[in-house]
Amino acid sequence: MARRPEHSAPPEIFYNDDEAKKYSSNSRIIEIQVEMAERALELLNLDEDENYLILDIGCGSGLSGSVLEDNDHMWIGIDISKSMLDIAVDREVEGDLVLGDMGQGMPFKPGTFDGAISISALQWLCNADKTSHNPHKRLYKFFSTLFSSLTRTARAVFQFYPENADQIEMVTTQAMKAGFYGGIVVDYPNSTKAKKYFLVLMTGGAAPMPKALGSEEDEKRISYIKKREMTKDCRGKPLKKSRDWILAKKERRRRQGKDTRPDTKYTGRKRSARF
Amino acid sequence: MKLSTYNFLTSKAIKGVKVGYPLKLTIAKKDVVETEFNPTFIERLLPKLDWNTVYLAAQTVDLADDIPQEQPAAVADNEELLQRLHHLLLEIDVLEGQLECPETGRVFPITDGIPNMLLNEDEV
Repeated sequence: MARRPEHSAPPEIFYNDDEAKKYSSNSRIIEIQVEMAERALELLNLDEDENYLILDIGCGSGLSGSVLEDNDHMWIGIDISKSMLDIAVDREVEGDLVLGDMGQGMPFKPGTFDGAISISALQWLCNADKTSHNPHKRLYKFFSTLFSSLTRTARAVFQFYPENADQIEMVTTQAMKAGFYGGIVVDYPNSTKAKKYFLVLMTGGAAPMPKALGSEEDEKRISYIKKREMTKDCRGKPLKKSRDWILAKKERRRRQGKDTRPDTKYTGRKRSARF
Repeated sequence: MKLSTYNFLTSKAIKGVKVGYPLKLTIAKKDVVETEFNPTFIERLLPKLDWNTVYLAAQTVDLADDIPQEQPAAVADNEELLQRLHHLLLEIDVLEGQLECPETGRVFPITDGIPNMLLNEDEV
């Protein structure tokens, strides 16, 4: 199994100039980041014709910000790695950039943003990189300050790589404690590689969760309803191909005066397996 | 850092700070980047802005004559004012300077247009 980057060093050290350069030159990394940003934006469920002010948490070199720009939104990005932000400045992104640590809280005044996205950043908060770090406290500080900096009908979507079920629980618990509604959406749950976790949080009361991609749950539900309706339709009538159904058919033919074989103990009987 | 972002930033994250707003902005080097004027976007931005801080920002960049001290009732119909706000909030880019917390006096430096809001462990 590949080593997780958050185990090797804290983010401000891991994303040094070399690592940051990858994010501007490696086409595979760029493609994946952009794809996830597009999905996150879709999960934000914004009105397509409007321009919004979006917060990009862990914006890095501004790859996800470019997706926001393409959709005519204005954005402000925050990241802990200076090297990554320097790349963003070189790429001349439209959004404004702030150097800051998620775990120290969002330095914005209340009601600022119409939404927030975060691509592959939240898992960094689940580790204690310094003795003074307490992941639970840092997550709570982050979520509570984020909650206040969002408007009251906003959503925040985080794509992240949880290490295990405990981490998912820790993150969602702290988010709920901070006042958010929502939960986890898992895209392509049956695939190891394409599987993606999205934490979808809402500020304005509980709303139905968006559908995950690549899960067959909804298809199964439809076929189940169909089956039930079929049996409902033929209520009172004998099941097709059953003995009762054959007898009823023969009776109808007799009433129509057609030539019909008599009913016997062999009528509608299954042939033995031997035959 | 654009002056719209300045309008949103606080130093509330510092331990013991109640409001931490508005921060005191000192500009050492700034740039003007022309961008496309989008009146609907400025209108959307208006309810989120704190007008006193908008005025404060205008004073810092010597544009106080362009911006009324009190927020006028119908900004949306005033095309000229919207254009001035666009210039003030979205076109002026602060490259070097500092932000100062009004309560503790903690200084956040701005380098290459990026404000450094990182805190030390004892300040959280």
